[in-house]
Amino acid sequence: MRSNHTMTLRASISTKLGGYDYFAVGGAVFIALLFAFVFIKGGYLLTVMQLAMIYGVFCVGLNFFMGYTGQASFGQNAFAAIGGYGTAILCVEYGFEPMLALLASMAISGVASVTVGYPTLRLRGHYLAMATFALGLITYDLSVQWTSLTQGYMGYAGIPPLGIGAFTIEDERAKLVCLMVILVIGLWISGRLRNSRFGRALRAISATEHGAAALGIRVSYYKLAAFVIAALYASAAGSLFAHTVGFISPEVFGLQMVVVTFTMLYVGGIGTVLGPAIGAVVASLLPQIARSTGRFQDIAYALVLLLLLIYVPKGLSALAGIGRPRPAKQATGS
Amino acid sequence: MALLAVRNLTKRFDGLTANSDINLDIPEGSLFAVIGPNGAGKTTFFNMVSGFLAPTAGTIEFAGEDITHLRQDKIAAKGLVRTFQLVQLFKGMTVAENVEVGFHLATEGGVGAALMRLSWFRRQEADVHAKARELLVFVGLAGQAEQDAELLPYGQQRLLEVARALAAKPRLLLLDEPAAGLNAHETDALAAVIQDLNRQGTTVLLIEHDMALVTRIAQRIAVLDFGCKITEGTPDEIKRHPDVIAAYLGTEEAANA
Repeated sequence: MRSNHTMTLRASISTKLGGYDYFAVGGAVFIALLFAFVFIKGGYLLTVMQLAMIYGVFCVGLNFFMGYTGQASFGQNAFAAIGGYGTAILCVEYGFEPMLALLASMAISGVASVTVGYPTLRLRGHYLAMATFALGLITYDLSVQWTSLTQGYMGYAGIPPLGIGAFTIEDERAKLVCLMVILVIGLWISGRLRNSRFGRALRAISATEHGAAALGIRVSYYKLAAFVIAALYASAAGSLFAHTVGFISPEVFGLQMVVVTFTMLYVGGIGTVLGPAIGAVVASLLPQIARSTGRFQDIAYALVLLLLLIYVPKGLSALAGIGRPRPAKQATGS
Repeated sequence: MALLAVRNLTKRFDGLTANSDINLDIPEGSLFAVIGPNGAGKTTFFNMVSGFLAPTAGTIEFAGEDITHLRQDKIAAKGLVRTFQLVQLFKGMTVAENVEVGFHLATEGGVGAALMRLSWFRRQEADVHAKARELLVFVGLAGQAEQDAELLPYGQQRLLEVARALAAKPRLLLLDEPAAGLNAHETDALAAVIQDLNRQGTTVLLIEHDMALVTRIAQRIAVLDFGCKITEGTPDEIKRHPDVIAAYLGTEEAANA
C-alpha cells in the first residue's frame, strides 16, 4: 500500500505549481491572452466578446434551473425580453437611471417568474419543456404585437449605456470590462450557492425527486427558487444587452436565443460552475473563426460543435479533470 | 404507546386491492419487520406510510399525529424517513455530498445565508461536513467519501442510502428491502448497522423478502399476503405459523394440484 501512496503523492505534485494546478493556471493564462488580443485588436471582436459576456450571464442563470436542478426550460428568453424591454421603456420613456432600470426590470421578472412558475413547475420532463417553450413564444408574440408598449418590429432605439449619474460607460473597451466584472459576480454567486445547503438540495432534485423528498427537501419550492434565479439572471442579461447595444427588437429575444444558449450550456459543461461562461465565450468565438472558411462557415461551425459534443460530452469544463490525479482509492482490508 | 399506528389502511388500484384493511402498531424503540412474498403489497404499504402514495381508506398516526395526507417532505420532517427498494442515489454528487444532503432537515439557511456565509452558516456547513464523515465511518464507507456515489458497488450504495437517511435523524427509519441484491457478506454488514442504530434508540421498520435476515434481527414481524396482514408475532412464532409457511411455500393442496 505504501507504493500506492507515494504514487498518488507524486502525481499530485507533478500537476501542482505553487499550490495551483496546471489546468487552472493554463486556463487563466489562455483567458488573459484572449482578452489581451481582443483589447488590442478592438473593433468587431470587442462586440463579439461583449455579447459573449451577456450570453454568459444568461447561461449562468439558466444553469441553475437546467444544470443544478435538472429541469428543462425552453422559455427563459421570455425573462430576457422583460429585462430588455423593461430597461428600454423605463430609460427612454421615463428617464430612469440605467442601473435602476436594470434592477427594476429584474424585480418585474422575479414577480413574473413566480407567477408563471408556480403553476407551470407542476409539470415534468417533456411537458415542462413544452410549457416553457410556449412561454417564450407568447412573450415573443407580445413583443411583436403590443406595439403601443414595445413599438413592435421597429424595436426600441436610443437606450443609454450603463453608468451612474453623469458617469456613463461609452467606450467599447470599458463596456467589455464592465460586462466581465458583472459576469464574474454572476459566477461567484453561482459557485457560492452551488456549494451550500441550497445548492445541494437543487442537485439532489436533479438526480431523484423521490430521494430528495424522502429526506425532507420541499421539491416544488426549490424548483421554483431555481426557476426564479434563472429568470433574474436572464432579465439582467436582457437589460445588459439593451444598454450595451443601445437597440432592441423582438428578434433579439426570439427562438435564436434559446438555441444559442443551449449550445453554450452544453459546450461549456452543464451543471458546472464555470461551464456556462466558458461555453458562452467559445460558442461566440467559433462562428468568427469559422468565418475564415468562407462560404463553408456554417458547415465548419456545425462540424466543430458536433465534434465537441461527441468527444467532450460533459462540456469543455470537464477537460479540467484530464491529467489530474484521480482521488486516491482507499485500500480495503489489509 | 405505539410510535406508528396504522388503522384500516386500504389501497385499491382500479379493480386491484393492493392493501386491504391493514392494522399495525410499531412500538417506539423496536426493530419491526414486515414480510411477505412478492406482490404481497409490502411496498404499497410502505409508500402509503411515507406519503408517496395516497391511501384509499384508513389512517396513519405517527407519534400521536395524523400524517395520512401529509406531503413526503413534511412526513420526513416529523422524523419518519425512508429508503427505497430501487436505490435513489444522488448521481453526480460524491458519497460524502450524498450524506450531506441528508442533513437538510437538521440545518437551515437558503440563498441569502449561502451568499453571506455569516459565521453561523460557515460553522453549520463545517459541522455537516464533519458529521457526514462520521456517518460514513458508522456504515463503513469512510474510505470512499470523495468518490462519485454512482461508482460505488451496489451493496455499498445501499449502505450509503442508509447513512443518508440517518443524517435526517429519523425517529422511525423505514427500510424497503435493504438486503435485496446483496451478497451474504454485505447482508451481514447491513444487519450489523441496522442492529447498531436500533440499539442507539432509532425505531426501525424493515420490509424484507429475505426470511433468514428478518428472523435473525427483527424483534417482531408482521406478515402480508395478497394485501392482507395474515399474522403478527415474534420471529419464533412466525417461523412456526402454518399460514406463513403456506404463504411462503404454498399449501399442500396447492402443491399437489
